[in-house]
Amino acid sequence: MNLVRFELNGQAVEVSPGLSILEAAKQYGIKIPSLCHHPDQRVKANCRVCVVEVEGQRNLVASCATTVTEGMKVRTNSPKIRETVQTILELIFANHPQECLTCVRNGNCELRQLAADYGIREIKGEMAAPSLPIDMSTPSLVRNPNKCIKCGRCAEVCHHVQETGILYSNYRSIDVAVEPEFGKNLSEVACVLCGQCASVCPVGAIHERDDIAKVWAALDDLNKHVVVQVAPSVRVSVAEEFGYAPGTIATGKLVAALRKLGFDRVFDTDFGADVTIMEEGHELLHRLNNAGVLPMITSCSPGWVKYIEHNYPEQLGHLSTAKSPQQMFGALAKTYYAKKAGLDPADIYVVSIMPCTAKKFESQRPEMSDSGVRDVDAVLTTRELGRILKQAGVEFSVLTEEQFDDPLGISTGAAAIFGATGGVMEAALRTVYEVVTGSELTNVEFTQVRGMDGVKEAEIDLAGSKVKVAVAHGLGNARKIMELIKTGQADYTFVEIMACPGGCIGGGGQPYGTTNAVRRQRIAALYQVDEALPLRKSHESPAVIELYKDFLGQPLGEVSHKLLHTKYKNRSLRKLKG
Amino acid sequence: MTVLHNKNDSIFRLSLFQEFPTLMHYQSFGGYEALGKAMNECPTKVIDTLTTAGLRGRGGAAFSTGLKMQMVLNNTEQERYIICNADEGEPGTFKDRFIMTHNPFQLLEGMSLAAYAVGAAKGFIYIRHEYPEEQDIMRHSIAAARAAGLLGENILGKGFSFDVEIFSGAGSYLCGEETALLSSMEGKKGRPRVKPPYPTQCGLWGKPTLINNVETLANIPMIISRGGDWYRTLGTPDSPGTKLISLSGDVVERGLYEVPFGITFRQIIDEYGGGIKDGRSIKAVNIGGASGVVVPPWELDCTLEYHSCNERGITIGSGAVFVMDERRSILANVHNRVEFFLHESCGKCTPCREGLRQAGRIIHNLLAGKASMDDVENLERYTRAMQNAAFCGLGQAAGNSLISSLHYFRSEYEAACVVYDQHCKREEITA
Repeated sequence: MNLVRFELNGQAVEVSPGLSILEAAKQYGIKIPSLCHHPDQRVKANCRVCVVEVEGQRNLVASCATTVTEGMKVRTNSPKIRETVQTILELIFANHPQECLTCVRNGNCELRQLAADYGIREIKGEMAAPSLPIDMSTPSLVRNPNKCIKCGRCAEVCHHVQETGILYSNYRSIDVAVEPEFGKNLSEVACVLCGQCASVCPVGAIHERDDIAKVWAALDDLNKHVVVQVAPSVRVSVAEEFGYAPGTIATGKLVAALRKLGFDRVFDTDFGADVTIMEEGHELLHRLNNAGVLPMITSCSPGWVKYIEHNYPEQLGHLSTAKSPQQMFGALAKTYYAKKAGLDPADIYVVSIMPCTAKKFESQRPEMSDSGVRDVDAVLTTRELGRILKQAGVEFSVLTEEQFDDPLGISTGAAAIFGATGGVMEAALRTVYEVVTGSELTNVEFTQVRGMDGVKEAEIDLAGSKVKVAVAHGLGNARKIMELIKTGQADYTFVEIMACPGGCIGGGGQPYGTTNAVRRQRIAALYQVDEALPLRKSHESPAVIELYKDFLGQPLGEVSHKLLHTKYKNRSLRKLKG
Repeated sequence: MTVLHNKNDSIFRLSLFQEFPTLMHYQSFGGYEALGKAMNECPTKVIDTLTTAGLRGRGGAAFSTGLKMQMVLNNTEQERYIICNADEGEPGTFKDRFIMTHNPFQLLEGMSLAAYAVGAAKGFIYIRHEYPEEQDIMRHSIAAARAAGLLGENILGKGFSFDVEIFSGAGSYLCGEETALLSSMEGKKGRPRVKPPYPTQCGLWGKPTLINNVETLANIPMIISRGGDWYRTLGTPDSPGTKLISLSGDVVERGLYEVPFGITFRQIIDEYGGGIKDGRSIKAVNIGGASGVVVPPWELDCTLEYHSCNERGITIGSGAVFVMDERRSILANVHNRVEFFLHESCGKCTPCREGLRQAGRIIHNLLAGKASMDDVENLERYTRAMQNAAFCGLGQAAGNSLISSLHYFRSEYEAACVVYDQHCKREEITA
């Protein structure tokens, strides 16, 4: 490949062809400011703070939208550029509430960072910050249109990655608003609450609903026995909240940190994940043996579940009735654990630490109270966990590693990989293979279902019969699979679908700065966790064996049916005719 | 209405035609001879002739028409479109509507020639929503041309097929910008797209598309008939041909004039427009519509030529010339234009959306005697940001027009600030 030579601030440099000026400059240590740019999105060139000088061009050019060409002479710093960028930032600020101190993004706002970098000391324009109503209609997300800088990153991910098409850039001129159709609330449209919009928002215009106060109230209540569960993917992402590199495995520190917060027991959603495999795996076998609806599709991802309920309600029979690991954990914590520990379920308070905004919605679904009380009481995203730990003054870096509590803290490598796309499939295959064939699976790694390809397919030999499986992540890819199923073109037996790109490690509640590159690092870390564990198959977990022996009896048994399986709802917004 | 130094030098021959002319009338003046002639030769001959003629786009950007056609022709994709941009939204511009009402067949013949040159089988005329009569006339003219075998399948039996459809805009000024126009035709919001890819590679529905202004396309038949060298005898070596000028404001004879390139703006006002009404003097002239510049009388000796105008910072644009006599207020004029742009901005990019918001407030305050020179300096800075960094021509042009008024008529801004400064001083003394 021939390199492209060009001049960057008077210095002759070369880069591989096809790069934008913004990307090329980055390789040579020049960070060009940007707001609407996102490495995984199409070029929008809206915000104009990335403008640079290119010799021969009368006006400044947007470096995000301009490809480097041979011999190009680029200047990224000049009086003209500085004045322009400062002016644009000032203009944005004049239309932005001056609430930085009390903003949820205080500390990680991209706009505020640029204002600091560019030394904005005074906003000379007339303040024109709007005071529009804030959308608090969902348990997952808060949309504050007053803080929106109209960069379009949220709408881009909503339309072109998730293909859910909820957020639009409506109207024109100073009336431009990024919002759902006709200015509706998120609860009134088919939003699945995946939170990918919140994950890419550079400011505080759309963010997770903050449930920290609820958790503090529970922790402060001496009559409550407060237990916490941590989702698989959080252990490889939470460290980023404290400045560590993406993909840092921080399981032990995370457990220690949660104990410091005052939780009575620190448990692991991985336990719930192992149980999910037992139930879902046997459900698959049951469907195979009893001519049930196939392909069976996983139901761990609440964004995905809400998506199929809205968009393919007639296909709900494909969805596994197994609850997600979070909800299985909640139901078991308030029954099995309560019994074991001699506690009244009403006195137990279950907090989940999740990579996900849709999990907040899932925990509040009316049917998620099979234990007799609410199965999961509060859900914090990874970002909220970072904040609550900072509030408690927990110094993450100096913590000594600790272990999860028994018995709901014991788990296998199969559960750990739930956090990566393909992980549930792989975990299920590890168990299903051994149940069907009755022989030991020597190579537990199903690498065909790993990786960041949007749709992955594999064929597995189960005691002589070939089984075709598929894995999709990101709802745009889910739609592809669903269209195949809807039109009868899918010959899959089992399908895993995760709402977010990369799976839970790319969830809408994960630390800011999640890009596909970061997703890959987090995925790699999860497979390391799996590899390092002595047990890598869910059915081999001693905690699972004990659970079935002492409490549940059989997978798909009567108790399982009551506590661990659920029903779905047609949420179609299409008007019925007649 | 039309005055030319030499009748033979006219491209549009507007005086020959009444409103709603018949095809036969057009043909009696040699209409459609060019198309017959071109189809006897290979399509590239059309492009060569236009390149020799030095025809440049008349919509405002003045890009070489021959080169643009070549860029469309160079694509391997065979499905191509041509679009006639008749959105004519530039305030003070009324040339395209005149061509459509008085000489629709010359436009249609021009489109057919362009389509033949680039190998397009389908053309659209994007006519602004506010031109219902023009839409009607064009629709009837298309039907007449089709009935005569001059549009449709196998035109004139030469094996070339091409048809034209009217597409009505929906009232947005910005949809005159070619990529916003494409988005609007595709049913999307009328907002500009990132370039590259240019419409010549990736235009309507992702296909190579030639987009030209009405006046540009209507130039083509005469150039093909009489040759590129003849065309170069009109105008100047830098800017061959003629230009339609929409002359309005405080002149005696407002109207549409076809003038050869190379004459001065003063000549346009005095010789075509008959000078200023009631013997008053010129205060300023707005050249190129709302997105053009405001210049004082001493700039009027600049010749109407792309190169010399460019050197003086004058944008010929669509060819609108609006004359203001001594009674007019520059600030009121600027206010009007900023309000226009603020209404028409699509709101996509920050400098345009927020810059115009602030500019609007400052000018409003200036007129209300509530602005200081600090505000004027801010206005200048916002204006520069729009000019330098806006996404598309709208924001950049809004900047241009403001900058020119600040440059030439700063005294009016200063005068408006004096009131406020005195007021503030009084407050200070009494405080």
